[in-house]
Amino acid sequence: MGEDSKALVAIVDYGLGNLFSVKHACEHVGLDATVTHLKKEILSADAVILPGVGAFSHAMDALKHLDLVDTLKEVGVSSKPLVGICLGLQLVMTESYEFGHHEGLGLVPGRVVRLDRPINFYETLKVPQVCWNKLLYPKKDVGDFWRGTLLEGLSHGVFMHFVHSFYVQPDDPSMILATTQYGNVEFCSALTCRNIFACQCHPERSGVHGLQVYRNLAMKLNLSL
Amino acid sequence: MTIRIIPRLDIKGPNLVKGIHLEGLRVLGKPEKFARFYYEQGADELLYMDVVASLYGRNNLLDIVTRTSKEIFIPLTVGGGLRSIGDIRTVLRAGADKVSLNTAAVKNPEIISEAANKFGSSTILVSIEAKKQPDGSYEVYTDNGRERTGVNVFEWAVRVAELGAGEILVTSIDFEGTGKGFDLELIRYVAAAVPIPVIACGGAGQIEHVLDGVKKAGADAVSMASIFHYQYIQKCLSNDDYSSEGNVEFIRSGKDFTKIKGASVYEVKKYLTENSVSCRFLEQGNVNG
Repeated sequence: MGEDSKALVAIVDYGLGNLFSVKHACEHVGLDATVTHLKKEILSADAVILPGVGAFSHAMDALKHLDLVDTLKEVGVSSKPLVGICLGLQLVMTESYEFGHHEGLGLVPGRVVRLDRPINFYETLKVPQVCWNKLLYPKKDVGDFWRGTLLEGLSHGVFMHFVHSFYVQPDDPSMILATTQYGNVEFCSALTCRNIFACQCHPERSGVHGLQVYRNLAMKLNLSL
Repeated sequence: MTIRIIPRLDIKGPNLVKGIHLEGLRVLGKPEKFARFYYEQGADELLYMDVVASLYGRNNLLDIVTRTSKEIFIPLTVGGGLRSIGDIRTVLRAGADKVSLNTAAVKNPEIISEAANKFGSSTILVSIEAKKQPDGSYEVYTDNGRERTGVNVFEWAVRVAELGAGEILVTSIDFEGTGKGFDLELIRYVAAAVPIPVIACGGAGQIEHVLDGVKKAGADAVSMASIFHYQYIQKCLSNDDYSSEGNVEFIRSGKDFTKIKGASVYEVKKYLTENSVSCRFLEQGNVNG
């Protein structure tokens, strides 16, 4: 690649989600981004983002319909960064219990479960959780826990924007990068596994702190170009 | 959980406008400028409402949405005159994160479930315009409070949630633009009736009203126009560049905003926090800090 060429990110378009917000965030940090459902473009990109909002089973059906399941599995075991956002995080898991039982992409062992209306003192909280909430270190006294991940540069307690009714439970707790507390429920809000980084929040809609996640991705890609 | 503060920007053609109770619309300036100002102050989301909502001028709205979405990285909801799945798709592709449906949903409730299936529940917000009737009940209105529907507000709210809407925005037609506060009775009943988040809109004239909307009525988020616009315009009155764009003479005269005490997004959040309501602040979780 020439000196002026930018890293290219493929944003997987399967009909759901705020694809253009993701694209605008990529462009803002100097990445080229293409919204696509074409295998060739996904496989030739420097990184792949799997965004999405909506129902798990609809999303899996759409990916099957577009014949992208194997393509994403291939990306998921490559050295290329794969970023899952919101439903994209849930899709990389083994299985989901959203209205029945559904198989996911199976790239991260674990499951997706319902956020039952949490309790906060005397009140019952609303589901979906639609608000800004904090990313927390999963353990205490761990120093700069997010160094070297896409959360690098952010501090414990940073606010991100959440919109979801389900959350993930990875089998291996050491994959958990961040947790978030909603009422009496503490759930995994970001994880890492091999080349995969995935989060429940929407960094592209989380102001300057969210953009830091995209900046970290750009830095990582520019180093490896 | 944190309470969301959502500036509401009513848009007509290329301009930000403000409806003055019983008086019609006034042009305030360019929506993108206001949007950026609110973003930098820590607004949690933005709400754009196309108040003309006809096919004419729709390109203006889409341009504004795209420009905003490229520069402002918080959720953007767009509403006003969206009639079909195609309209919703167009607005989302322009860069909106959510859409707000009102008239189309009342006329054809199935559009809620269809849109929720296609684009995800959390993408679909239903806006309910409510007007109190002489018998004390609340009726759903459409077309900026012009058309009666005969539908009961609470029954409609429950139905909307069942059909798969992700959030409900409740506006009191009686209180909208008056600056005397939210209709707390209305907000409280709707918030208690549905499992999904409820955004209170219409009537807030000072920061104390915002606290009431959250604490007394249980709103999950609060959307306001006048309080923020007034504060912004006051700050910019000395700016010559601004006066060429917006007709702010009426604000200078103080005539229309007598019930409004302007406040910034930050001031609203600070006040809520002092009264033990959680809010998000920009300086928390700072990059490298």
